[in-house]
Amino acid sequence: MTDDVAIEIRDLAVTFGVDRGESNVVRNVDLDVYREETLGIVGESGSGKSMVALSLLDAVPEPGTVSGEVTYYPEDGDPISVLDLDPEELRRFRWEQVAMVFQGAMTSFNPVMSIRDHFRETLQDHGYDVPAGMERGKEILEQLYLDPDRVLDSHPHELSGGMQQRTLIALSLLLEPEVLLLDEPTAALDLLMQRSIIDLLRGIRETFDLTLVFITHDLPLLTKIADRMAVMYAFDFVEITETDQLLYHSAHPYTRALLSTTPDLTTPPDEIRTIEGNKPDPVEYISGCSYHPRCPMAEEKCHSIEPELMTVETEHEASCHYHAEVPETVPIRNNPRGVADE
Amino acid sequence: MSEPLLSMEDVTVEFNSQDGRLDVLSNENPVRAVDGVSLDIEENDVVALIGESGCGKSTLGKTAIGAQRPTSGSVTYRGQDIWDARESRGEIQLPFEEIRRSLQIIHQDPGSALNPNQRVLTSLMLPLKRWQPELSYEERQERILTLLEHVGMSPAEDFVNRYPHQLSGGEQQRVVLVRSLLVNPDVVLADEAISALDVSLRVEMMDIMLELQSVFDTSYLFISHDLSNARYIAQQADGRIAVMYLGQIVEIGPVNEILKNPQHPYTKVLKWATPELYEDVETEVPIREIDVPDPTNPPSGCRFHTRCPRARAACRATQPESYDVGPNHESHCFRSDETHDYWESEPLHE
Repeated sequence: MTDDVAIEIRDLAVTFGVDRGESNVVRNVDLDVYREETLGIVGESGSGKSMVALSLLDAVPEPGTVSGEVTYYPEDGDPISVLDLDPEELRRFRWEQVAMVFQGAMTSFNPVMSIRDHFRETLQDHGYDVPAGMERGKEILEQLYLDPDRVLDSHPHELSGGMQQRTLIALSLLLEPEVLLLDEPTAALDLLMQRSIIDLLRGIRETFDLTLVFITHDLPLLTKIADRMAVMYAFDFVEITETDQLLYHSAHPYTRALLSTTPDLTTPPDEIRTIEGNKPDPVEYISGCSYHPRCPMAEEKCHSIEPELMTVETEHEASCHYHAEVPETVPIRNNPRGVADE
Repeated sequence: MSEPLLSMEDVTVEFNSQDGRLDVLSNENPVRAVDGVSLDIEENDVVALIGESGCGKSTLGKTAIGAQRPTSGSVTYRGQDIWDARESRGEIQLPFEEIRRSLQIIHQDPGSALNPNQRVLTSLMLPLKRWQPELSYEERQERILTLLEHVGMSPAEDFVNRYPHQLSGGEQQRVVLVRSLLVNPDVVLADEAISALDVSLRVEMMDIMLELQSVFDTSYLFISHDLSNARYIAQQADGRIAVMYLGQIVEIGPVNEILKNPQHPYTKVLKWATPELYEDVETEVPIREIDVPDPTNPPSGCRFHTRCPRARAACRATQPESYDVGPNHESHCFRSDETHDYWESEPLHE
């Protein structure tokens, strides 16, 4: 599956002009999304992860500027350069090829329109057969543990938060996109609903052969669905690899810190560590490695030379000059396979 | 045993459509947000209250600190009924002003809790001026600076001159916490106080809360929908976890009991819903319905029976009493009674 790329991102940068100067919220990132995989993008708030997602649909809000290349490779047909699409092409692309679900479904719905009208209008606007499309919609709603007729007859406010979010997922799949982008789709929900939605998405991606890009700050939740993970820090990816490899053999000190900072039910509280230091500022330029001010391993080189993503092993990249020494130097707490990985 | 610091006895809170809100269309039953809950909070205690949104945990928290009037039942602080004190009924041992100072709250959104036009120093001076007028300006300032340094806002002289928008979310929440503790309260209600913070800051904030607890001898009622955060703060303080479902506490006990020996099927579901980094994915969802039933029309008998994988006919008919299932550990489920008719009744599914 590795050569079968669905979305290719090259040298992508997003910049906003602010009073203090230039705010670089995405800094020349490269990333491949493989066909029919679930790629998790994880990072803290303000790390730039949502801007990467919006760039995939050329939807970065004004006055942000996007540069670089985003190429979408449909299953059949020619590659599409997303950042070069005209508004009409983009409108079709966004629903029919790559669809997106955001956090907080309420703002995505028109409050005075019934759910049925949302579904119908989406089908009509894109010239789809309405009765066939509605049937498909009902099937998806059912698969998301919703009563289709009850939901379709409702207005958005009549549904609970969890129902709204599942309805929005169903709506986003109505025009049979190949890729679904989910930006914190469960962040406003209870843990129980979050976990349930993760399970439902696992079913949905099998049924519809979907490629999922799941963006969140919630690392433990992400491990329950992602095949691969891309960790974002300071507006760039610092580590990209398969989920298990990341959990057990991460080669970046930031990833390891992140793995050690989330409370869970089993780690003794005194083993949970906080990440010292402050979050990076998108306006300030940090020379060398962006993580060096907080990194326990930082050496002279880290202050001056910026590390690119380097190959740790096959399908595992990390941007750390000392990635080979990281596993021995920075322990991951509660790693059941031993503190200093085997 | 001495009398608890704060005691709720058979508390019920109902909301109906006349209580405001734009509920002109609904004229149905009142919603019983809290239904017959009894809970004691001791000195230096931490009780973590968890449950899904809409389960009544915030309402219960507000009732505990006297910010919400119970429809029935009583809330007493050091033996004094809070609402008697507030409404000057009967013989009053403790004036309401004193109770109000002793019971403080911090919310989820620190931004809206701070006046955007006031510097940190001004915001923190006000409660001290009000509750400890005997202190001089210098003494007040000294105390504020010391506390800010204590919560890691250093140099404090710099932070006190900032406005809220010049602080990060984590710093704002620390200011709110300091403000609530400046008046030496006995109980602080922390209502999803860390939920809006970045993951990497949540542990830090809980550590600060725990550290200040040892300085001020404060008790916390910590409300969260996240079991792992509840566990973190309650375990460190040797506290308890209370699990709430549709207005009732269904299980309560010491942290290790709740985590290692959960008895109520709902507690087990919440445990399942808490993702662990190093655990295999279970495909079996231990719940029959993923949506919470309509709280205006809660299910009969055990309220969890519509979602419970273990439900039997008995659960639909009667509401389970509280069963002692371990030291200080209670569960409201028939499965804790080996001789109950439950075991003979028909399973509700499959």
